Amino acid sequence: MLEALTAALIEITSGQHLIYLLAGVAMGLAVGIFPGLGGIVGLSILLPFLYGMDPTSALSMLIGLVAVIPTSDTFTSVLMGIPGSSASQATVLDGFPLAKKGEGARALGAAFSASLFGGLIGAVILTFVIVVAHDVILLFTSAELFMLTILGLSMVGVLAGGNLAKGLLACGLGLMFGALGGAPATGEFRMTLGNAYLGDGLPLVVIGLAMFAVPEIIDLLRAGGSISRSQTLGQGWLRGLKDMWAYKWLCVRCAGIGCMIGALPGLGGSVVDWIAYGHVKQTSKDKSQFGKGDIRGVLAPESANNAKEGGGLIPTLLFGIPGSGSMAVFIGGMVLIGLEPGPSMVEGQLNLTYVIIWSLALANVVGAGACLFLSKYVAMLTTIRYTYLAPFMIMVICFAAFQAQRDLGDLITLFVVGLLGILLKRFGWPRPAFLIGFVLADQSETYLYQAVQFYDWDFLLRPGVLIIAAITLVSAWVGARKAPTGEIDAEAAVALKANNMRPQAWFATAVFAFFAWGLIDGLGHSFIGGIYPIGIGVTMLPIAGYLVYMTWSNKIAHSVNYDHEVEGDHLQGDDIPGLWHYILWLASFLISTVLIGFWLSIIGFFVIFLRVKSEASWIRIAAMTTGGVGFVTALAWIMVLDFPRGLLQDVFELPWPIG
Amino acid sequence: MKTLTLAKGATLAFAGFALTMGTVATPAPAADFSGKRIEWIIPYGTGGGSNRWARFYAPRLQKNIPGQPTLAIKNMPGASSTKGTNFFARRAKTDGLMLLGTSGSTQFPFLLDDRRVKYDYADWEVILATPVGGIVYVNPSLGVKEATRAGMKQLQKAKLKFGSQGATSLDLVPLLAFDILGLTVKPVFGMKGRGPSRLAFERGEVRIDYQTTPAFIKRVTPLVKAGKAIPLMTWGMLDAKGDLVRDPTFPNLPHVGEVYERMHGKKPKGPAWNAWRTFMAAGYPAQKMIFVKKGTPADIVDALRKAAADTINEPGFKEAAAKTLGNYPQAVGAKAEVLKKIATTVSPESKAWVKAWLKRRFNAVP
Repeated sequence: MLEALTAALIEITSGQHLIYLLAGVAMGLAVGIFPGLGGIVGLSILLPFLYGMDPTSALSMLIGLVAVIPTSDTFTSVLMGIPGSSASQATVLDGFPLAKKGEGARALGAAFSASLFGGLIGAVILTFVIVVAHDVILLFTSAELFMLTILGLSMVGVLAGGNLAKGLLACGLGLMFGALGGAPATGEFRMTLGNAYLGDGLPLVVIGLAMFAVPEIIDLLRAGGSISRSQTLGQGWLRGLKDMWAYKWLCVRCAGIGCMIGALPGLGGSVVDWIAYGHVKQTSKDKSQFGKGDIRGVLAPESANNAKEGGGLIPTLLFGIPGSGSMAVFIGGMVLIGLEPGPSMVEGQLNLTYVIIWSLALANVVGAGACLFLSKYVAMLTTIRYTYLAPFMIMVICFAAFQAQRDLGDLITLFVVGLLGILLKRFGWPRPAFLIGFVLADQSETYLYQAVQFYDWDFLLRPGVLIIAAITLVSAWVGARKAPTGEIDAEAAVALKANNMRPQAWFATAVFAFFAWGLIDGLGHSFIGGIYPIGIGVTMLPIAGYLVYMTWSNKIAHSVNYDHEVEGDHLQGDDIPGLWHYILWLASFLISTVLIGFWLSIIGFFVIFLRVKSEASWIRIAAMTTGGVGFVTALAWIMVLDFPRGLLQDVFELPWPIG
Repeated sequence: MKTLTLAKGATLAFAGFALTMGTVATPAPAADFSGKRIEWIIPYGTGGGSNRWARFYAPRLQKNIPGQPTLAIKNMPGASSTKGTNFFARRAKTDGLMLLGTSGSTQFPFLLDDRRVKYDYADWEVILATPVGGIVYVNPSLGVKEATRAGMKQLQKAKLKFGSQGATSLDLVPLLAFDILGLTVKPVFGMKGRGPSRLAFERGEVRIDYQTTPAFIKRVTPLVKAGKAIPLMTWGMLDAKGDLVRDPTFPNLPHVGEVYERMHGKKPKGPAWNAWRTFMAAGYPAQKMIFVKKGTPADIVDALRKAAADTINEPGFKEAAAKTLGNYPQAVGAKAEVLKKIATTVSPESKAWVKAWLKRRFNAVP
C-alpha cells in the first residue's frame, strides 16, 4: 500500500499530469458555475476529446472536472439563491441570507475553504478505506439502506421550523410528489393523469430550482434594489476562512458523513447536503440564526458535498457501480480510455487507484483556490440592480430546468412547483422538509419493498438495521433536546401573524385535497403499487385536517398562523407590487413559450422586461439580449440541445434554434 | 483560402451543370458530410450500456464518414426509451443528419404494443447491428456445478429470488427462461439496472442472476475465479440461418435450449418456447442497432453503411470491441438487415401468449 502510494504521488506531481488536471479543473469550474450544468454535462462535453488521449492525461482531466463541480456550484447557491446543483441545495438556506446581508464574500470564503477541507478529508478517508471497503459496502443491503432513508427523514424534525405539523406536512408533500410517476416495484403510473411526462416522475433538478430559486427571484424583484442590501461585500473571504477554522471539527464530522453516504451505492449524493445541514442544526445550541445567515449552515453542506465525490469513487472503483450521475459518466470516460473500474482495479492496479484519489485531492485544492480568488469579483454581482439580473436569472433557471428531461414539461413543472414553493414560503411551511421528503421518496419505497421481499419483516431485526435505528433515535433525541426554547420561537412568529387567515386556510385545504387525491389514486392500483401513496395519505390526512380546522377557525394566536405577506423583507418599501405581479410575468413567459417556443419567447421577455422594469436604453437592451441569448444558444449548440418548441413550431418547420 | 473558395465554386458550378444535364446517365454524386453535424439520438441516459456502446462507436464512425462530420451524441432518456425514439420518428429528415441508436428495451415496447410507442421499425433503414449475449450464473451454496440433468434437478428444488428491473423490460427473457426450465424464481423488482442486481448477488440476497456479456466478463469473471459464482448457461446466439446456437464468447456453456434438452431428453417446443425464442432474438442478437430514416437518398445510406463496414474492418477494432462489446461479429449490410427483421417481427400468437403470460404471472401490462 505504501509503495503504491508513493508511486502515485510521483506520478501526480509530474508536469504533464498536472497540466491536464488543470485543464479539467478549469472546465469543471466553468461548467459548475452555471446552475443545472453539473458533472454529467461537463463530462459529456469532454468525452469526445478523450478518445485517443493517453490514459493518464485523460484520467487527470476527468478527475479535475468531477472534483471541482461541487466547489464552483456554490457561487449561485450563495449569491443568487439558486441551487447550483442538487448537491448544494442546502447551502442556499444560510448562504443566500448572508449574501443579502452583504456578507457574500465571507460566505463564499467559508464555503470554498470548507469544500477544500472536505475534499481533502474525503481523500484521506479513501486512501485507507478503499482497501477494506469492498466487504463493508456489501454489509449495506436493501434493509440497511431503507433504515438510512429513515434516518434522513428523521432530519425533518429539526428542519421543521416553528410548527411541527407544517414540517410533517411539507415532508409528506415531498414524499407524495416523489411517489408521482411509475411505481418502483410494478411500474404502474401513479397520479399521472395519463400524461407521458409525469410518467417518469418529477426531476429533482427542477424541483430544487422551483422550491428555492423561483420564490427568491420573485421576492427580490418585489423588494427592488440589489441582492446585497448593504451594497457592500463585507469583510471578505478572509473572515470566511477564519469561520471555517473556528468550526473545523464540524467540517470534519460533515466530511465524514458526506464520504460515508457518498460511498453507499444507491443512496445517491443528493441527500448528503441535507443530512449535513440537519446534523449541524441538531447539534447546535443556538439555532436561532439558522435560515437567516448562520455561517455553520454554509460550512456543513459544503464540507460534506465535496467529501461525497471522494466517497462516490468507492463503489465506482470497487464495483463499477456509479454512486452518482456524474460518476456514471466518469465510468463511461474510463472505459473510453481503456480502464475498467471493478474489483480487479483496486486489487491489481492499486497505484492507479491512488492516482485517482490524490488527483481528486489536488483538484480540490486548485479548484478551491481558484474559486477563492474569483469570489471577490463574482460577489460583485450581488450589488447590481436586480431588475437587470432578473432576466438572466430566469433564463438560466429555465435552461437548467430543461436539462432534466429536455421537455416543455420541465418548464411547466418549474412554474407550477415554483408556485407551490412561493406559497410554502409565504405560509411558513419548511421547504427543506419538502426537499428531504422528495429526495428520499423513491429510495425509501424501493428499499422497503426490496427488504421485505428479501428478508420478510425480519429485516427489522438485522444488526445493521438496529444500529442505524439507534442512531436515528439518538439524533432525533439530541435534536429535540436542543430545540430552541418556546420564547424565541414565539417572538419570531408573532411578527408574522396575520389577522386574516383565509389565504392560509385555502392553502391548507388544497394540501388536504392533494393528499386525498393521492390516496384515492393509490387505491386504484395493485397492493404493491399503491400501498406507498396510500400510507402517506393515511398518515398525512389527519394532520392536514387538523391544520384545515385550525386555519378556518381563525386561531390567530396559535403557532400555525404565519403569513409572509403580513410582514417581510419585501414589504419595506411603499409601492411594493403584489405577490401575483411577477408571477403573472412568469406565467406570460410560459404561455408565450407554449405558443411560439422558448427561444423567441426569451428574446421577447428580455426586451420587454428590460424596457418596462429596468427602463434600460434600447442600446443596452440590445446588448444584454444578444449577450444573454447568444450565450445560451452557443451552449445549447455544444450540448446538442433543442429549445422547447411551441405550437408555432408544430405548424411551421423552422430552423434551429427557433424550431 | 482564395483557391479553396474558387475550387468550391467550380465544384458547385459543375454540380449545377451536371444537374441540368440530367442525372439519368451520371451516377448519384457521392455523399459528402463536410462541415455538417450528425446528431445521433440515444434514447437512454448517460449511465447505461447503450450510451457506452454509442460513445465507443461515435469517434470511430465519425472518422470513416465522408467529409468527417461531427457525430454528436444526444442522450434523450425517458419513458423506457420510447421518448427519444418517438422524437426521432417525428423529427428525423431524409438527409442522414439524424441517426438513432436503439436497444432491446426499445424493441420490446414496440413488439408488445406499449401505448407510448409512436414509432415503427419499418420506417427505418438499419446501418449496423450489435449482438450481445446473456449469461446466467448462480451462487455456489446451491450445490449446482453445471447445468446437467442432475444439476438442474437440484436447482429446481431451490426457492430462488431474482433482482429485476421489471417484467416487461429485457428481464422478460430470463424470467420466461426460468419458467420454461421449471425453476421457482421470485423476481424482486425495482432494481435500477443490472449493476445493482449483481450487487444483490454479491451480498447473497439473490442466488441467481444474469449479466450481459461485457458486464459478465469484467465484473462476474473475478467472482467466478474467486469461487463466488458459477456460470450455468447462456441465452445462446443466432447463426446465419437464424438457428439458436451456443454463444461464441462462451463456447463451453450450453444455451437454454440445450439445457432443456438435457432435462427432458427432447428439444423444447410449444408456444412458451416460441415466444421465448422471439423475444430473445429481439433482445440480444440484434440488441443495439443504428438507424436512419427510410427514404434517405441511396448515396447517403450507402456512405453511412460503408463507414460502418470500414469501422468494423479497421485493424485493432476487433480487439477494442471485444473489450467493450463482447466477442461477437458486428453486423452491417445484408446481415444487419436479417438481424433487424428477426429482432422486430413477432408472430401474433407469440405476442398474444407473452401478453397473457405477463398478465397472469406478474400482473404486468406493457
